[in-house]
Amino acid sequence: MTRWLQDPILRVDHLTMRFGGLLAVNNVSFAAGRGDITALIGPNGAGKTTLFNCLTGFYKPTSGRIAFSAGRLDDAKIGTLTRSARKHDGETFLLERMADHEIVRKARLARTFQNIRLFQGMSALENLMIAQNEALSRAAGFSFIGLLGLPSWRRAEQAAVERAVGWLDRIGLRKRADDPAGSLPYGDQRRLEIARAMCTNPALLCLDEPAAGLNAAESHGLAELLRGIRDEGETSILLIEHDMSVVMRISDHVVVLDYGQKIADGSPAEVREDPAVIAAYLGVEEHDEPAVEAALQGQALGSGA
Amino acid sequence: MEIFLQQLINGVTLGSIYGLIAIGYTMVFGIIGMVNFAHGDVFMLSAFIALLLLLLLTQMLGLAAAPAFVVALVAAMALTALWNFAIERVAYRRLRGSFRLAPLISAIGMSTFLANFVTVTQGPNNKSIPPMWDEVIKITSGGAYDVTLSYKQILIVVVTGALLAAFWFVVQKTSLGRAQRACEQDAKMAALLGVDVNRTVALTFVIGAALAAVAGSLYLLQYGVVKSSDGFVPGVKAFTAAVLGGIGSLPGAVLGGLLIGLIETLWGQYFSSDYKDVAAFSVLAITLIFMPSGLMGRPDVEKV
Amino acid sequence: MPAEKMLRALREAGWATLVVAGLSFPIIAYRAEPDFNNLLALQPRWPLFLQFCAAAFLLRFFLSLWSGGEAKVKPARVWPKLPWLGPLLLAGLTVYPLAVVALLGPQAALKWIDTYGVQILIYVLLGWGLNITVGLAGLLDLGYAAFYAVGAYAYALLAPLTGLGFWALLPVCGLLAAFWGFCIGFPILRLRGDYLAIVTLAFAEIVRIVLINWDVVTHGEAGLFGFPGLNFFGLPFIPGPRGFAAHFGLPFQGVQKQIFLYYLVLVLALLANLVSLRLRRLPLGRAWEALREDEIACRALGLDTRNIKLTAFALGAFFAGIAGCLFALRQGFVSPSAFTFSESALILAIVVLGGGGSQLGVAVAAVFLVGASELLRELTFLKSVFGPDFDPAQYRMLLVGLAMVAMMNFRPRGLVSTRAPTVRLSNPSSGPSDHLLPQGEKGVAS
Ligand SMILES: Nc1ncnc2c1ncn2[C@@H]1O[C@H](COP(=O)(O)OP(=O)(O)OP(=O)(O)O)[C@@H](O)[C@H]1O
Ligand SMILES: [Mg+2]
Repeated sequence: MTRWLQDPILRVDHLTMRFGGLLAVNNVSFAAGRGDITALIGPNGAGKTTLFNCLTGFYKPTSGRIAFSAGRLDDAKIGTLTRSARKHDGETFLLERMADHEIVRKARLARTFQNIRLFQGMSALENLMIAQNEALSRAAGFSFIGLLGLPSWRRAEQAAVERAVGWLDRIGLRKRADDPAGSLPYGDQRRLEIARAMCTNPALLCLDEPAAGLNAAESHGLAELLRGIRDEGETSILLIEHDMSVVMRISDHVVVLDYGQKIADGSPAEVREDPAVIAAYLGVEEHDEPAVEAALQGQALGSGA
Repeated sequence: MEIFLQQLINGVTLGSIYGLIAIGYTMVFGIIGMVNFAHGDVFMLSAFIALLLLLLLTQMLGLAAAPAFVVALVAAMALTALWNFAIERVAYRRLRGSFRLAPLISAIGMSTFLANFVTVTQGPNNKSIPPMWDEVIKITSGGAYDVTLSYKQILIVVVTGALLAAFWFVVQKTSLGRAQRACEQDAKMAALLGVDVNRTVALTFVIGAALAAVAGSLYLLQYGVVKSSDGFVPGVKAFTAAVLGGIGSLPGAVLGGLLIGLIETLWGQYFSSDYKDVAAFSVLAITLIFMPSGLMGRPDVEKV
Repeated sequence: MPAEKMLRALREAGWATLVVAGLSFPIIAYRAEPDFNNLLALQPRWPLFLQFCAAAFLLRFFLSLWSGGEAKVKPARVWPKLPWLGPLLLAGLTVYPLAVVALLGPQAALKWIDTYGVQILIYVLLGWGLNITVGLAGLLDLGYAAFYAVGAYAYALLAPLTGLGFWALLPVCGLLAAFWGFCIGFPILRLRGDYLAIVTLAFAEIVRIVLINWDVVTHGEAGLFGFPGLNFFGLPFIPGPRGFAAHFGLPFQGVQKQIFLYYLVLVLALLANLVSLRLRRLPLGRAWEALREDEIACRALGLDTRNIKLTAFALGAFFAGIAGCLFALRQGFVSPSAFTFSESALILAIVVLGGGGSQLGVAVAAVFLVGASELLRELTFLKSVFGPDFDPAQYRMLLVGLAMVAMMNFRPRGLVSTRAPTVRLSNPSSGPSDHLLPQGEKGVAS
């Protein structure tokens, strides 16, 4: 039995998402291993982003189950939870039953977006502070302690700033901490969004095409950043990516979607040889040439921003 | 029973007028996704223009009432269309692609401007014209109460129906309609494919204003009185009609208008005329909260 | 070349004149007024019409002539640092009523303290309150006057009923309004921005219609009056021996009450300012701004957007409730006509023209919009120019409307672009201070 099945952090069972007549995600099941980088790939429109939206509570799936635990995902516990009407037992979470903000706060899942969603007018530092808002607002006594400026609040704020600065250092943006996020170059915005997601202290980090629009050097840096995050052991990663060089270099496990269905699931080497995957990709070769794809992405985002 | 029938007739008349205004809201919302808050005031302005033209034609040129009304109606349509064209150019065109509340705030400013512009130029008081064309058909007689249907009411309903049919045809069959639907789906893409987005949007405003002017003239004909603060409440009610019918849908706007007209008159008759506006405002709140896509609209899915 | 340019300018001016002529006919060219038979008669105003056309021609002509050159890129305006401005304003506001009394005597000063002092400060307070909802959290509230009304009616109804003084009722008014804000906000805060705006408008109109028609409680259009007024910590402002003046051995003057009210409103407004400024740097305030920027991103970061919106809505309403209570104290009577949609629109205009984020901007806008029209009223010679029924208040709203349109068109991101970060790494003194000061404008890429 493969590693990700032995100790999964996330298990998706028979997930289906239907938009009117369109089956965007069709009966998909897979597991993501704890401490792994799991890549989710597939041609355009395969349903990858839709699957992310189901995981993070932005869409209510039509049917299926999404079980998650930062501790240990136990089949018996999932079974008990599923039969009960509850969303979670404090350790194991059924994400399809939870609201988006609960998923981030309680289950500790964080995400980024395919089209970057930073708070453009706010500074880079503020973006990272908002990610820590929940803990901070408790420290501020729901604003009452904060309004009085008591020392306990000041200490908490200082700690949050330090954590944010730590991340800014790590992505090389310390100098631009006070600049509006919208004024940063594209690649920096992508990394800032990842840092922001990391500031919520997630057990699973879901990244939607983080390398889109990056040049080769930037992609390389990104791969190193993600590997670093994984190697610290606190956070597993689920990654949607079209850039095969990134996928093959850093992922431990690859899941392939096509037309909403899972067509392959295995190690990068296995998936690369899989005839179904090759067919799916060859069929849409001209769209999926990574360079073209990246250029298109960059363009669309550049003009849309 | 007679009273109910009479109120039904009155409700349909009033509802037709709301429906005509509502088409303006619904088309603009459909094409640029904006609540054109000033549209009620455009309606009020058009009623004033029609009033002045009517006086001009009857008093200065000595025309008879009926031809004067027809000429005033057509001229008011043209002049109101020009107004709305200018308004769109000045107040909204630059704001496409601005932050999402900017057009609404600008429209609120425009609404405030128009209401006070008319107050300043024409005074804040009621302006009433002597009743014209008052013949009625008795539908029932002999009972406690004669149910009547006036020629004016027939005219209003017929005009509304005809205009709805005409614009339904325009939107479904002509290149303007195709351009409108293209802009509605994706303005940027439509522009790339050679649709003149500015022209399409301007035409939409022009058409909306012309219909509002029909509504304004018919309102004047039916009720014989207008004042500068008359834009706000009918405007909100017509917007309610557009929302209730499903914003973006032309038949929905007219259906919503009829419903609001009926709700208002029946509520006024059977519950409380003091609170008749509460009925419309409550319908607005309830619709937006519980079924924002209305009766005939498409659901609005938030794409992430 | 210049001849060509001239021709083009002439052509454009010609078109503009035609359009303006179309717009002004017949609404400016004629005015319908009832004659002695009470029938409408037309009064021609062709000179006015021609003036409009001529103005349009000249304006367009010279604009075309001048705008021909290449567009100039304006450097971002940097506000000079004015550390003395805050204290100076504060000092000015503190001595204002005393200075006016000293200069004009107690009788003439009354109007200056009441109309220009208290009234404007109440609008400043309202502006700061709505600024939380609209400027910070980005929730367009078109029914703000309803919360204002709740505060005013709460005081007018509860003061005689409970016998409590205004010190006790002031927070009650605020809390009641906040409670209403909470109740109205609860069902509607998941709506998209423009729908939310319209529903708040609908609720406010319902509140107003109920106030008009619920005669038993609100006395309808006539309104409520005769409720207990202001007192100085238990000492009423009355001539008798038990009054404020006698207690301090002063001669009784009507203006004393106004002066006290002025300071009361001033202190409350400053308090509101302080709370706003501090909240902005707390997690709650930061969450409001984040919500305005991108709600979906907020949800992805675990913010409970509904609660955050509710607090913004309720806190804005709280300020309106306080302002309503002060309004009732100032006027001595409350009636529904003070809480119409145009009141909401005026307060919204104060926030929009003030540039959203900045506290001082809102205050300046309030002074300008409210003070200017009162000043116009003073200028009696205007009546001889514009006729006896000239009412500057009408022109005020006309200009307010135009100003809102202009603001959205020329500073479209005005609501968000002038902001200083709520927390910074670099030395804060190198940036603009946010203490009652306009915030440094940075070119935010949009
Ligand atoms: N809210 C929605 N309503 C209707 N259809 C949707 C919605 N969201 C996604 N879809 C459809 O679901 C399908 C899958 O879309 P999805 O965005 O998940 O693809 P993807 O795999 O992320 O593609 P890409 O690589 O281009 O990002 C598409 O056909 C898309 O149009
Ligand atoms: Mg995608």
